[in-house]
Amino acid sequence: MNNLVYLVPLFPLLGFLINGLFRKSLSKRTIGIIGSGTILLSFIVSLVLFFDVKANGGSVVTYFNFIDVVSFQIPFAFQVDQLSVIFLLIITGIGFLIHVYSTSYMYEESSDHLGRYFAYLNLFVFSMLLLVLGANYVIMFIGWEGVGLCSYLLIGFWFKNDNYNYAAKKAFIMNRIGDLGFLLAVFLLLNKLGTATYSEVFEKASTSLSTMDVTAITLLLFVGAMGKSAQIPLYTWLPDAMAGPTPVSALIHAATMVTAGIYMIARSNVLYSLSPFTQDVVAVVGLCTAILSATIALYQNDIKKVLAYSTVSQLGFMFLALGVGAYTTGVFHVMTHAFFKALMFLGAGSVIHAMNGQQDITKMGGLVKKLPVTTWTFVIGVLAISGFPFTSGFVSKDEILIAVYAHSPVLFWFAAFAAILTAVYMFRLMFLVFFGGFRGTHEQEHHLHESPSAITIPLIILAILSLVGGFVQLPKIFGGTDFFNQFLAPVVPAINHESAATTTAEYYLFGGTIVGLVIIFAATRKLFAVNQFEDSYKGIRKILADKWYIDELYDAVIVKPLNSFSGFLKSVIEKSGIDGLVNSVGRFVNYASRQLRLLQSGQVSSYILFMVLSITVLFLVFWNQEYIIQFLQKTF
Amino acid sequence: MSTSEILFWSLSVLALFGAIMVVISKNPVHSVLWLIVVFFAISGHYLLLNAQFLAIVNIIVYAGAIMVLFLFVIMLMNLNKETEPQKNVWMKISGVVSGGLLLCVFISSVISAFDINGKTALTGGGDIGLIQNLGKVLFNVYAVPFEISSVLFLSAMVGAVVIGKKD
Amino acid sequence: MPIQYYIILAACLFCIGVAGVLTRRNAIIVFMCIELMLNAVNLLLVAFSKMHYAAAVAKDAGTAAGTDAQLFVFFIMVVAAAEVSVGLAIIVMMYRNIHSVDINFLNRLKN
Repeated sequence: MNNLVYLVPLFPLLGFLINGLFRKSLSKRTIGIIGSGTILLSFIVSLVLFFDVKANGGSVVTYFNFIDVVSFQIPFAFQVDQLSVIFLLIITGIGFLIHVYSTSYMYEESSDHLGRYFAYLNLFVFSMLLLVLGANYVIMFIGWEGVGLCSYLLIGFWFKNDNYNYAAKKAFIMNRIGDLGFLLAVFLLLNKLGTATYSEVFEKASTSLSTMDVTAITLLLFVGAMGKSAQIPLYTWLPDAMAGPTPVSALIHAATMVTAGIYMIARSNVLYSLSPFTQDVVAVVGLCTAILSATIALYQNDIKKVLAYSTVSQLGFMFLALGVGAYTTGVFHVMTHAFFKALMFLGAGSVIHAMNGQQDITKMGGLVKKLPVTTWTFVIGVLAISGFPFTSGFVSKDEILIAVYAHSPVLFWFAAFAAILTAVYMFRLMFLVFFGGFRGTHEQEHHLHESPSAITIPLIILAILSLVGGFVQLPKIFGGTDFFNQFLAPVVPAINHESAATTTAEYYLFGGTIVGLVIIFAATRKLFAVNQFEDSYKGIRKILADKWYIDELYDAVIVKPLNSFSGFLKSVIEKSGIDGLVNSVGRFVNYASRQLRLLQSGQVSSYILFMVLSITVLFLVFWNQEYIIQFLQKTF
Repeated sequence: MSTSEILFWSLSVLALFGAIMVVISKNPVHSVLWLIVVFFAISGHYLLLNAQFLAIVNIIVYAGAIMVLFLFVIMLMNLNKETEPQKNVWMKISGVVSGGLLLCVFISSVISAFDINGKTALTGGGDIGLIQNLGKVLFNVYAVPFEISSVLFLSAMVGAVVIGKKD
Repeated sequence: MPIQYYIILAACLFCIGVAGVLTRRNAIIVFMCIELMLNAVNLLLVAFSKMHYAAAVAKDAGTAAGTDAQLFVFFIMVVAAAEVSVGLAIIVMMYRNIHSVDINFLNRLKN
């Protein structure tokens, strides 16, 4: 059964090829059907694989030898086990919903641009599937690079706008910086262990690697994750990446690509457990990112930017979970976050469509009357992310907080603070956009309408998932079983938090959550469900609204020096140096030929002179051959 | 010093002196005359080596015919005095130096050659220079080149006439 | 006579001829120096023929070991004669055209 696994990436690849090559001759409907249909087929195969793995456990399917050199072999193999099959379901399931959504959202594009869009989306899903299915770090890297490429292609989809192109380049370059770390880690692995295959690496890791090696490898892998999953310092690309179409933001930056880093660390949990130092680094970086981006999100006025910073913040939470050793919790939060963040992004897309392209939330408000489905699904998403009891977000976030508490109470209080900030900015967003009075222009108000069903149905499905998705892992105090943990146990060890201290902490957390949410709801309703909203901020609010000036810092410290350095290289080394060298070779040949031409003077006597001299030399060499050979041998 | 040695050395000195005078003389007619002296000296060497036929042929053909031809042409052009302006000094020096270099190379090769040690050129004896022996070999073994040389002469004559035609 | 003497004599004559060719500007003198070189070679050939004869006659009297070289000299003279006639015809032509026999005027091959 698991030899069907090749079908899962094959369908999106075919979709990419067909839509990409034939996009000018297919109708928009056909393109949409092909694009979404391939993902649906992959989803079905993934379901089959899921039940297979549930019954029979994981396995590795090898296809051919990809790299085969003396010191190591890298087979092209897929690993179908519990962890990868969960990710397969997430990617293909949510991917399918987003494809369906896109058929309506992107309908105004011409058919060849639409074809390009779906081709890129399919290519993206293909790369992400490769990443998740690979049985060794090299195949993962192929997918890793592929999703980086597709993010560039999709963010810069409307390529006629220069700003979008800059954003796409920024995303790709920051990704690349992370990829360098990833590659170095792979090289280290190949050097020390001679293999990159997961099973072999994890077997040999505890015995053959020194602590220094493991720390280095895990740190470098984390650098890769920093780039891909937008942690400090490589996170500034994600908010700018909102230049792409909203479904792209939903798919790539909510559900899939950014979770590649989490997947990678969860997969390498054996290595990370061997290196406590890196785990601390991961946890601290994740926590700082969570807090920093949450503070920025408090004062953003673009609906997509708020969601982007929210994504960065939630990713910080996931890394925090991984850093304290709660790997399954991190993966669980990936799943729930995919549900509600994709939901909110798609909802935002619906709002933007209704507002005819307007993305500034200070000019929205009171949309609940005209866009009911969008509003209430979005509200469900907000509740989920804030941790409203029994939503999926509640279960996963509480589990993270409990795991952090069990590890270190100090970190716990910071994490709790970040969770509170999450609720605050999310409620702010909700009230500013959907409640209160409408703050836009009159024509916009007339234009407001609910979106077609291709948009609302995915919203509804995702909302349901956000509500019930948590039940696979309800904590024991509420009568659930940790089905998720047990499912992943063969691959990813679960953290054990059954001690009495943590149980009481769970109760406190539950109570605290309810109280906190009520307070935040009341406060934000008062502040933000308003008819007028001025958007000029002063003082500390201005700093937050301007993203702590980190972009400007990068620009001054990194971008400008690099630019001037390459300008220097261009004008000095390239023009004078290399060009000068090549030109001077040409000029020298010219000069030499002119001088040589003077030999042909037409004077017979000089010809004869040269002849005699040459004969002399010839005789010299000819008659003293042995001496010359001996001399040459002695000197060389 | 035996007779042949004395003869050898005197003929050599004569030949070398004559050659140098050929090169140095300003008047072309003098150069021709000195060259004839050189030819006589060389014929003397041939006789010393008992190459009688070649000695006579040398004098008849070279000194007799070829040099006379040269003289005719010089007289035709009225080159009594050397009318050319002085050659570039550098060229003269370089010419002499190259000649000298070539000589040095030859001499060094002779000195370092070891398979001619002890070999002598037999002087004053031997039958191979006699005309009947040479004739035997010429008309038996080398008959074809002999006939072809007649063709060569034909072509040379025709060529000379054609080139010299006043058109 | 040891053969080295003949070799060195012929080499000297040859090199004097070379120096003459390089040094003189009168075409006829150059031609004569070429003849000088040819004669040097002839002399050397005859000397070698006697050398081989001397080596061979020690083993078996009545040998005809060195005759090839002397016949070669004969042919060289033949060729020299032909060459001189044609060469002088050319020089006469040259004189008719430019009224000088200076070889430096023969620079039509320039550049």
